[in-house]
Amino acid sequence: MAKREKSVMYVEEPEIGFWEATFVPAIVEGLRTTMKHLVSRETVTEQYPEQKPDLPLHYRGVHRLNRDEKDRVKCVACMLCATACPAHCITIEAAPAPKDWPDRDKFPQTFELDELRCIYCGMCEEACPVDAIELTHIYDLTGQTRDELLYTKDKLLNVFDKTRDNPRDPVRTGRGVLGPASEFQALPTLGPATQVATSDRSAKIGTAGVIESGTGNVTDGGARS
Amino acid sequence: MPTVLVNNQPVEIGSDERLNCIQAAAKAGVEIPAYCWHPSLSVVASCRMCLVEVGDKKPDGTVQMQPKLVPGCQTPVKDGTVIISDSQKVQEARKATLEYLLLNHPLDCPTCDQAGECYLQDYSFRYGRGYSRLQEEKNIKPDKDYIGDQITLFTDRCIMCTRCVRFTREISGSAELHVVSRGSHEEIDIFPGHPVNNKLAGNVVDICPVGALCSKDFLYQQRVWWLKSADSVCPGCSTGCSIKVDQNEDQVFRLQPRPNPLAQGHFMCDEGRFGWKYVHSENRLTTPEHRSNGQAIARDWDTVLTSARAALRKAAQSGPGRIAAVLSPWMTVEEAWLLASFVKAIDPKATLSIGNTRTTALDDHYPKDVKGRVVEPVKFTIRAEKAPNRRGVESVIQHFDGDVTPFDETLRLATEGRFKAVYLVGGDPEGWISDLQAEAFSATDTVIIQDFLPSPVLKHATHVLASGTFVEREGVFVNHGGLAQLIRKSIRTPNDSRPDQRILWDLSERRGLYHGETVRSEIAMAVDSLRELTNPLLAENGVMLNRSAEPAGVTA
Repeated sequence: MAKREKSVMYVEEPEIGFWEATFVPAIVEGLRTTMKHLVSRETVTEQYPEQKPDLPLHYRGVHRLNRDEKDRVKCVACMLCATACPAHCITIEAAPAPKDWPDRDKFPQTFELDELRCIYCGMCEEACPVDAIELTHIYDLTGQTRDELLYTKDKLLNVFDKTRDNPRDPVRTGRGVLGPASEFQALPTLGPATQVATSDRSAKIGTAGVIESGTGNVTDGGARS
Repeated sequence: MPTVLVNNQPVEIGSDERLNCIQAAAKAGVEIPAYCWHPSLSVVASCRMCLVEVGDKKPDGTVQMQPKLVPGCQTPVKDGTVIISDSQKVQEARKATLEYLLLNHPLDCPTCDQAGECYLQDYSFRYGRGYSRLQEEKNIKPDKDYIGDQITLFTDRCIMCTRCVRFTREISGSAELHVVSRGSHEEIDIFPGHPVNNKLAGNVVDICPVGALCSKDFLYQQRVWWLKSADSVCPGCSTGCSIKVDQNEDQVFRLQPRPNPLAQGHFMCDEGRFGWKYVHSENRLTTPEHRSNGQAIARDWDTVLTSARAALRKAAQSGPGRIAAVLSPWMTVEEAWLLASFVKAIDPKATLSIGNTRTTALDDHYPKDVKGRVVEPVKFTIRAEKAPNRRGVESVIQHFDGDVTPFDETLRLATEGRFKAVYLVGGDPEGWISDLQAEAFSATDTVIIQDFLPSPVLKHATHVLASGTFVEREGVFVNHGGLAQLIRKSIRTPNDSRPDQRILWDLSERRGLYHGETVRSEIAMAVDSLRELTNPLLAENGVMLNRSAEPAGVTA
């Protein structure tokens, strides 16, 4: 019982005054808005098919699978998007990468994304460690059968080809094979991912990539751009 | 009782127990991380992950600590040993060790099969520093093209714990793997022309704490965090290895050994590990059938079971001893009990027999030396008897009949036309009856077959009861040494087939749903040799049915 008392907050209903009880001020306020729209000449209706909406830059539409600089699919089939997906709309079958892809162990043999089941939350994009899957601005998705909207790897790559030059859908990042940490050529000086006590021996060594004791700042070697 | 102090917490150890610091700490619920130490392998203390502070409590109460950190895996404990694993000194040592182990380890967790069950991930998360100070390029070694039929080696992920090397030297004895080069250039490799193809090779994948050794069979099939596992028992031979069945969405992906000192130890053989593929065979019997003159006339369970029951009753009415039931050594004890008690209730003179138990020539003992000779002490045995539960089924039959009618005798009687109805239970995926043996039942009026794969006798069947494999059933298997272990249901039976215990429960007209514990307590009451089945320990490592007997299954 005591626990419940703690978690409950009692709110008193505010006292209603005389004018409020007559409802006249509320009615007048409402009529004022109506009159404003009646006399104003400003158009608020969008003539949709002729006039396309101006979508915000973070709009989440149809997905695309990005290609890397050699035009291969960027996806490494880690299936983190499928894990993150709350609608379970992504199905990936992985396979060992072809022999002439020396920088990869694994690639997606098939990649299926059910655009009808998808809720366009963007979690796949966020989960992707290589920025292979992105949501574009394409919103007018239509099809005549369910199969048409079951997007395969080829279809998703096509979306990329269509949208790669669209300024509204920039290829947002240029990350490497497995995220920034895997690029050994330009390994950035790393800040601590976890908190390190200032008494930690490592925190007292004045080499790059170590937090300065007490401040928590990263001494940047300049490699991270 | 000797007492050890682990982080100021007293732990009592048995006076005859020989434990190291890691095991003693585990008794206190304290984890000491380790890579190279494995309870079944020799100690090398090479990974330095288990460094702890160790000291001694003198009789006068003073504690004298050793000045340096010592590897916990290599330090035995005795009465008065003091282990400290949570001091700043130890934590710093762990951070340094992990940073060192990760120097050349690629950050390819997203594409690594081990991610999710990787000790490097777990320990980095729990004890690691969280960042690296390495400024140079990582030393990435090329993957090996081929080191075995079932395993792959991602050389760059290896942390050189040498568990696999010690496994092939000490458990399989074949010693295919070794370490080449020194220092930063160290690699695991095979001797040229000697790939790791011994019968225990799959175990090196399990004991690899990182993703360096992967199973080709499982490679890239699933992310491990999608798998759901159920504890079970391998049905491949009468050793009865404790296993975990990993499945997702009714598809089995792999079997892994579950450490069980009573059964097999820590390992399992490749025959069992990769021998489950028949579970998803396209030839599976998936619908029950009632056949007349070779044509199916009914395909629903109600009709088929009712008519099978009626046919058995009719045969019983024509005289005593006109029914035979051939139980399978692949059945669980419960299934055998349900079937035997049902048949005996209809006809007390019915013949109970046990089907063909496939056997190879000899038990296969490991380790073996280069010339294939067994080296004592034996650490792992693949039994010649390729059925999981002959002992359990036989004890049930012995309860009813005193002795077990041999299969050949049943066949002879069937050929003579003694039986009007037979109930045959299959279960051996590699075939349990030959064409010639099947002919014995060509003249029998009612042939009820409970099986999940087609067999030669299917053409004489009047009733086909499509049943389940070991991953779809639950019950008890009794191994060669009398160890009873539970198998658990991990996936559903395909299409319209049903798990055996449910078929037999419905056939014997019991009410409600199958309930294993009810059947087990029934068996324990009736059969003296199986009275241990109600022991709650059954759900864990299993129980020895004959308490006084030595646990003959202990090997590793």
